[in-house]
Amino acid sequence: MLARRAAQRLAEIRQAFRHSAQASRSLSTALNYHIDTPDNNPNMPWKFSEQNQGKVKEILSQYPSNYKQSAVIPLLDLAQQQHGGWIPVSAMNEVARIVEVAPIRVYEVATFYSMFNRITVGKYHLLVCGTTPCMIRGSRDIEDALLKHLGVKRNEVTKDGLFSVGEMECMGCCVNAPMIAVADYSNGSEGYSYNYYEDVTPKRVVEIVEMLRKGEKPPHGTQNPNRIKAGPEGGNTTLLSEPQPPPCRNLEAC
Amino acid sequence: MAFGSDRGRFTEMKRSVVDKNLGPLVKTVMTRCIQCTRCVRFASEIAGTQDLGMLGRGSGEEIGTYVEKLMTSELSGNVIDICPVGALTSKPFAFKARNWELKGTESIDVTDAVGSNIRIDSRGPEVMRILPRLNEDVNEEWISDKTRFCYDGLKRQRLNDPMIRGPDGRFKAVSWRDALAVVAEVMHQVKPEEIVGVAGKLSDAESMMALKDLLNKMGSNSVSCEGNGVQPQADLRSGYLLNTGIADLEKADAFLLVGTQPRIEAAMVNARIRKAVRSNFAKVGYIGPATEFNYDSEHLGTGPQTLLEIAEGRHPFSSAIKNAKNPAIIIGAGIFEREDKDAVFSVVESIAKSANVVRPDWNGLNVLLLHAAQAAALDLGLVPESDNSIESAKFLYIMGADDLNLDKIPSDAFVVYQGHHGDQSVYRANVILPSSAFTEKEGTYANTEGRTQQTLPAVPTVGDARDDWKIIRALSEVAGVRLPYDSLLDIRERMKMVAPNLLSMDEREPATFSSLIKPEPKKEMSMTPFKAAIENFYMTDSITRASKIMAQCTAQLLKK
Ligand code: SF4
Ligand code: FES
Repeated sequence: MLARRAAQRLAEIRQAFRHSAQASRSLSTALNYHIDTPDNNPNMPWKFSEQNQGKVKEILSQYPSNYKQSAVIPLLDLAQQQHGGWIPVSAMNEVARIVEVAPIRVYEVATFYSMFNRITVGKYHLLVCGTTPCMIRGSRDIEDALLKHLGVKRNEVTKDGLFSVGEMECMGCCVNAPMIAVADYSNGSEGYSYNYYEDVTPKRVVEIVEMLRKGEKPPHGTQNPNRIKAGPEGGNTTLLSEPQPPPCRNLEAC
Repeated sequence: MAFGSDRGRFTEMKRSVVDKNLGPLVKTVMTRCIQCTRCVRFASEIAGTQDLGMLGRGSGEEIGTYVEKLMTSELSGNVIDICPVGALTSKPFAFKARNWELKGTESIDVTDAVGSNIRIDSRGPEVMRILPRLNEDVNEEWISDKTRFCYDGLKRQRLNDPMIRGPDGRFKAVSWRDALAVVAEVMHQVKPEEIVGVAGKLSDAESMMALKDLLNKMGSNSVSCEGNGVQPQADLRSGYLLNTGIADLEKADAFLLVGTQPRIEAAMVNARIRKAVRSNFAKVGYIGPATEFNYDSEHLGTGPQTLLEIAEGRHPFSSAIKNAKNPAIIIGAGIFEREDKDAVFSVVESIAKSANVVRPDWNGLNVLLLHAAQAAALDLGLVPESDNSIESAKFLYIMGADDLNLDKIPSDAFVVYQGHHGDQSVYRANVILPSSAFTEKEGTYANTEGRTQQTLPAVPTVGDARDDWKIIRALSEVAGVRLPYDSLLDIRERMKMVAPNLLSMDEREPATFSSLIKPEPKKEMSMTPFKAAIENFYMTDSITRASKIMAQCTAQLLKK
């Protein structure tokens, strides 16, 4: 009897974890292999735009000429900004041509990093942090609120093409958890921005979405009016005096 | 119930990966893959084809090509040996046999002139698969796809009975006694100088020795070997061998490839050149028709014009050879078929002289042969007396030569075809004498660097076929010109008198004299560009042409 109950409990616990195990697999926005579609196939011509040609040159100039392949990540990033937030396979081929490596070496990089999208995303790609500190502070609710408000599934684009929601690992903002990042592809690589909205609540993210929809730029950073940047709520409580220099650094005084 | 639950207790997500299509040779079971990346590194470092990669990250990581792409490498079969878990397996061998049913025979490969060391795994009378054997001096631990997968050709199109073409043009199976009697009779009816023998590209040294002796006894001296061209130069071994040696090619730091496409002609030699390019940053210059290389190379030109420019120092590449520490020049054996081959050779030699390619400590002047029989044939002096012996033949003895121009044979000539496959030459044969293939006999072969190696019988011969040299020995008896050897040992004693190097097994006997002391040629060099010696890597001889797998490779991998 006891054993059965224990087994049941174990199965329940496993059930609870199973969801997250699958979720962690779907971090990247696409499969690990390419399937030809009308808007994404190797025969589609793809070039960096006039303005971006200059940026390509500048990026390449930052690396020794015999290590051109080092530029692959910045170039893919530029290609993604130019192409509305995702990289078609012909853009990867173009990057491979520029850095003079075999295309497969670029595919490897593009599939490795989950910030490179290989299927369409919305003009505003909302990335919810899903790592432990944010999760404990309620990132699941944040994501649910977003998905419910927009009426989409994860990595799906809204009908108007404006929004998509993805998940990201820790973005280094845990002190202001939970947080979302908003990648703005609405104006190509010129108007591109990648902003953090911290200390969000399910209500606040919906507001942010609505402001973005209207074309406004909500203030980024912490959304808690009682905090300044990463400072404690309601102002500092310790270390209030003037900072003292370390005592033995003043050689004369020693 | 005594044996526990009938339900699986694995409730976690089970990782599974989609299988990839890598072509007709390599089968994938990607769920088994442990992401060791050995296949990726092999493909990019040794095979030199950047097709495979590691895609994704973490638990979603998988091996693949990302876009739909077949693995187009002539060494792709080696990933099967490399994969530690069987994620990449042999498509033709999959589910055909169990390892423990197989008998391994250590032999060598004859589909090109490299003589890769192989192990032939057989079950009963059938060759089930071919695997490489380690030999650091020849093929290291790799073999080409042609070597590995040509074996299904051994089961198809085989000749298994002696046959005579009747008056109605159809072949009729006869006994050995009758077949040999007919051949012997015709042989005595024609004039000695009208008897011509041609050895094929897969012939072993023993049978070529016997063929030459038989024809000499009949008073003819028109024996040649396919691929060696008219009037081959057989006096100096250095004139037809890869003098540097396959392993030592790694030390070279500049290559000049003259009319040779090593990737197609000798994939294992190409792997060495690639190694030199990677480790010594060797420069490679190539003269010949446009072709693909899997390392950095420079296409200097297509014909003798460029060669002359280099010889006269007018070409930028001539300084690259001159400044190299260990320059290597490789001439393709396709040049043997050219009328002006002596002139081409002498121009190349003048380049060699001026660039100091042949020194006491380094011999960089090489010929890359195409076929397994070529080197031994020249060692044994299979040099025809006249240029157009076939055109004037009344009695033609074809020993496995399937790439003869059949139109050249006079219509009244009596043609005997001795071989193991019903390939091209049987269409013109009057008598067929079935012989054994390289997997069924013990035979001596010399590879392109002059290394003597031996095949061993792995499976029994098919039907009524016999070893090549035994057929000729029997024929000599019937014809009344008995050859004085009854066993392999005896015939090797005879070979020792002609070419002693063919007896030092697994040894490489380098050429002693350099070919730089040859007389000046009379002929002018013509300006026709060099031709590709081999069009289709996968089909070069009767075995590979009979192979279904090779036909699939040709259809899927070579389509442009
Ligand atoms: S060699 Fe086999 S196990 Fe290793 S990465 Fe390649 S497919 Fe996977
Ligand atoms: S866990 Fe969300 S930013 Fe670190």
